[in-house]
Amino acid sequence: MSDCKIVEVKNVSFKYEKEWAVEHVNFSLDKGQFVALIGPNGSGKSTLVKLILGLIKPTVGSIQVFNELIKRFNNWQEIGYISQKSNSFNAGFPASVLEVVKSGLVSRLGMFRFLKREHTQKALEALKVVEMEEFARSSIGELSGGQLQRVFIARALISAPSLLILDEPTVGIDAKHVTDFYDLLGRLNKKTGITLLMITHDIDTITKHATHIACMNKTISFHGTSDEYNQYNEQDLKPSYEHMDQQLIRNNYVEVTS
Amino acid sequence: MFEAFFRYDFLQNAAMTGILIGLVAPLLGVFIVVRRLSLIADALSHITLTGIAASLLLEKKVSGINDLNPVFLGMAFSVLGAVLIEWIRKLYKNYEELAIPIILSGGIGLGVLLISLADGFNTDLFSYLFGSVAAVSRSNMWTVLFITCIVIIIVFLFYKELFVLSFDEEHATVSGVKGKWIHLLFILMVALVIASSMQVVGILLVSALMTLPVASALRITKSFKQTIVLSVLFGEISVIVGLVSAYHLGVPPGGTIVMIAILILILTTALKKVSIQFFWTKRRA
Repeated sequence: MSDCKIVEVKNVSFKYEKEWAVEHVNFSLDKGQFVALIGPNGSGKSTLVKLILGLIKPTVGSIQVFNELIKRFNNWQEIGYISQKSNSFNAGFPASVLEVVKSGLVSRLGMFRFLKREHTQKALEALKVVEMEEFARSSIGELSGGQLQRVFIARALISAPSLLILDEPTVGIDAKHVTDFYDLLGRLNKKTGITLLMITHDIDTITKHATHIACMNKTISFHGTSDEYNQYNEQDLKPSYEHMDQQLIRNNYVEVTS
Repeated sequence: MFEAFFRYDFLQNAAMTGILIGLVAPLLGVFIVVRRLSLIADALSHITLTGIAASLLLEKKVSGINDLNPVFLGMAFSVLGAVLIEWIRKLYKNYEELAIPIILSGGIGLGVLLISLADGFNTDLFSYLFGSVAAVSRSNMWTVLFITCIVIIIVFLFYKELFVLSFDEEHATVSGVKGKWIHLLFILMVALVIASSMQVVGILLVSALMTLPVASALRITKSFKQTIVLSVLFGEISVIVGLVSAYHLGVPPGGTIVMIAILILILTTALKKVSIQFFWTKRRA
């Protein structure tokens, strides 16, 4: 594995009780890439992300993160994560924006080390990156969906991770703010060199921002640059959702009948 | 009004214990409420009653253990209940909330059985149910002081982990926080605080002291630290005013403490409404 590989997934399959959610996935993520992971619902995208994060263990295969097997990996400050659940968090939670952003330092500080005044400064800097510093003292429940996502990015960025993983971060956000959000991610990727892996359904918009596209339907059916993906599109060979849906139906059919 | 509290030892014990509980119960209560675990406090207080009943039964039936302090067996049952709740939550992954009614009803059922086996108790069980100004001994006060110190140290040491677990459990896991162990530690602290609070507030009302001050604080705070500070402040006001009025009225302190806490909740709710109306009036003008 070369040094520039951030994530390497080798022949990974995962089974939820009876059903295979992910099958024979080979996938890698190089340093500095902005990869959009697309695919229909139930295609195993979130499961793959959870496997990469070590939240669940693969049934078959191996995963390496920063050149280390995921089960031995403990350098969690290198990874920032914004989950799907971030969109449906408890809006009545009594926390200020600053407190939420500072909570992103938990992995970097570790146990028995305390948050200090300098960390407030760091949190303000992270909020400045996402253009949210004026909301630092606001309650988290007062923010809109788009503003919340920016705060969660600031929370992820405060520990200066090398990899940021986002699971459908734009659900429930209007089209204008989605474009602003992707612009922000694109700028971060170019400016800081942070590696991004994002699950999304906004195929048309994301191809303008991501450097690479990976299509998934239990397995990775396409993985290439955005230009290559658009070329496929022009040649009408793009692995569309309809195509992937049919594949999903076929897979299920084979499993049910076999 | 406070003269008697300076004059009599038993009142000093009750006041000191009350002040400690007024600090520590809302402190843990903030985490309980934001994690939507409010009913766990009820379940643990009911299993504490079982421990009290078991202790009183032992005292009555077995000779030579007359000096057994019921609070200690209450604490043991409360801690056991906390461990059982965690075990049942794992057993029913998709119905985790089932753990609470199982422990709550099991605790009450066993408690009633033990009370019946003893053909009723000499000791005034009423004081354990609703609290008593006279029931707190000096040794109980030292026990509560010890538990308060332990809880404050643990909350201080694990504050950021408890915060991140409460706000976003998945993010906590990805950040390398040992969620299961910290949760177990937390629930054990809750069990100890509940058992130690019962002599002042009473088993049936102890969960109120953990949740009502927090409910009031939530109406008017903007940050987590503010919520903790205000919850503790409201808890202390409830306990001090509640204890003094209970002594002068000759009623169990549990009732007066809870009613003061309810009054604070009404006031903060009204304050919030008034401030919202003021904001809109100002904006229109």
